Amino acid sequence: MRNIWIICRKELGSYFVSPIAYLLLIMFAVIFGFFFWNALGVFIIEGMEMQMRGQSFPMNINEQIIRPLLSNASVIGLFFIPMITMRLFAEEKRTGTIELLVTSPIRDIEIILGKWLAALMLYSCLLLFTALNFAFLFKYGNPDWKPLLLGYLGLLLQAGAFLAIGTFISTLTKNQIIAGAVTFGVELILWVIGWVGEYETALWARVLAYLSVLTHFETFARGVLDFKDLVFYVTVIFLGLFFTARSMESLRWRS
Amino acid sequence: MISVKALTKRYAGVTAVDQISFDVAKGQIVGFLGPNGAGKTTTMRMLTCFLPPSSGTATVAGFDVLDQPLQVKRRIGYLPETPPIYPEMETVEYLKFVGKLKGLRSADLQKRVDYVCDRVSIADVKKKLLGKLSKGYRQRVGLAQAIIHNPDVLILDEPTAGLDPKQINETRDLIKSLAGDHTIILSTHILPEVEQTCEYVIIINKGKLAATDSVRNLRARTRGAESVVIEIAGRSGAIEAPVVQNKLEQVPGVSRALCKQQVDNRVLFEVESQKGRLVRGDLTRAVVASGWDLNELRPAAMSLEEIFLQLTATEAPAQNEAEKSPVEELQKQ
Repeated sequence: MRNIWIICRKELGSYFVSPIAYLLLIMFAVIFGFFFWNALGVFIIEGMEMQMRGQSFPMNINEQIIRPLLSNASVIGLFFIPMITMRLFAEEKRTGTIELLVTSPIRDIEIILGKWLAALMLYSCLLLFTALNFAFLFKYGNPDWKPLLLGYLGLLLQAGAFLAIGTFISTLTKNQIIAGAVTFGVELILWVIGWVGEYETALWARVLAYLSVLTHFETFARGVLDFKDLVFYVTVIFLGLFFTARSMESLRWRS
Repeated sequence: MISVKALTKRYAGVTAVDQISFDVAKGQIVGFLGPNGAGKTTTMRMLTCFLPPSSGTATVAGFDVLDQPLQVKRRIGYLPETPPIYPEMETVEYLKFVGKLKGLRSADLQKRVDYVCDRVSIADVKKKLLGKLSKGYRQRVGLAQAIIHNPDVLILDEPTAGLDPKQINETRDLIKSLAGDHTIILSTHILPEVEQTCEYVIIINKGKLAATDSVRNLRARTRGAESVVIEIAGRSGAIEAPVVQNKLEQVPGVSRALCKQQVDNRVLFEVESQKGRLVRGDLTRAVVASGWDLNELRPAAMSLEEIFLQLTATEAPAQNEAEKSPVEELQKQ
């Protein structure tokens, strides 16, 4: 446990000492802020139209602002996660510092968990900016906070899964760009394969739809905790980290 | 302290280290000598548990590298060929990180960091970013991280590579000063380094053990008989080599005198004597008694370089070309 924390602290340190963390934070804040501003604008116009037509269809902040914004955040995260994970192992392999880690009295799995945890923490920092936006909703409106909380849980689980995949891919190369590009490609595929479920109901289509990481987020965005989806994310995280461990081991036998 | 038995490492089709066995006693400095690509780094990586051996065993302080890697790692300080530093960290921050990684408790940490900074004289760059340090300082920071947890064994992979002559001397002195508390294995392909720094030497070539002995024994062993180089000058102009040779060979104990060089009125001889017989005094007297001047008299010790060539040059030169080129080496990494 102590060793995991040592690695995690070091990784967070290198994120925040270099411009990477700040760059990601600023870009994420700007992009999500723009989405928030748009969603709010549409919401206000719709509200005014409703009033003018004299209809009393209930407006719902949770359904009309928070839910689509959470889905947006999960897609924006897709673009940011490769930038977080690409350096994790690739950089250590390139500079040779991996030799220091591996020859220290510390288990491989502790190195992996420490790095993954640091990546997850950086992603959580990004999410803090979304919380800043949502805070305005609580100031001027009265949304339900429970679905929002579940939404965040979903975002974290989804990020954990993608980060685990990215961590694994980072062990395969010593080139950060390759690690980042491949991670992005894999994530994109895991996103879009779910689309076949919209027109096809055969078994293969349902399997593909099930594998799509983003479809499992829908329930969380709606504010529903579906055990099935929870299990899915935890499984992907476990598999990602498991393969990372295997890859580190094979690194030694091969190199 | 370190015991290696029939250690072998095979990569796809290539045997990088082939059945190497040696022992290192506590407190020794051992030079690990071999040309580039001989398998030095691979052997060291197996000792540090970075690479698992294909067969054979290696134990450090009684712990097996395969079965008890954590115990081994706790007792080893390792400086790879390029110091494993994070350019974005400050010196002290980095040393603290490594210290924690090696299992130091926070109570001792600050003390140890101060101590090693003093020891390798990097106190003046404590607050500097490692990425901004010169090569010499990086190397010393690398040494500092290797000794931060006061390990029993230090494994240094080419610790002086890429340094300037002054830094090389400083680093060698530093390593020598560390010898009392630590058992040290250092690899190098520079021979004088071994002569200057090490007590024992392990020579490997193409993955095989070529020789292992103390530096002094090794010299004696490859020499067989003792020999001295003697330079003699005639007082009154010319001097005849055969006459000198005759005179020298009459000295008791001398088995052979060979004229190496003759310039003007000076001749240079290599005189071989039977092992264990000191003939220098008699030689001197014989020269002076014959009315010549003795310009120089020194032992014709073989340098380690010659020993090395003698030990490794037994194979056909054609095989040398089959050796991995540096480019291939790089690609493999």
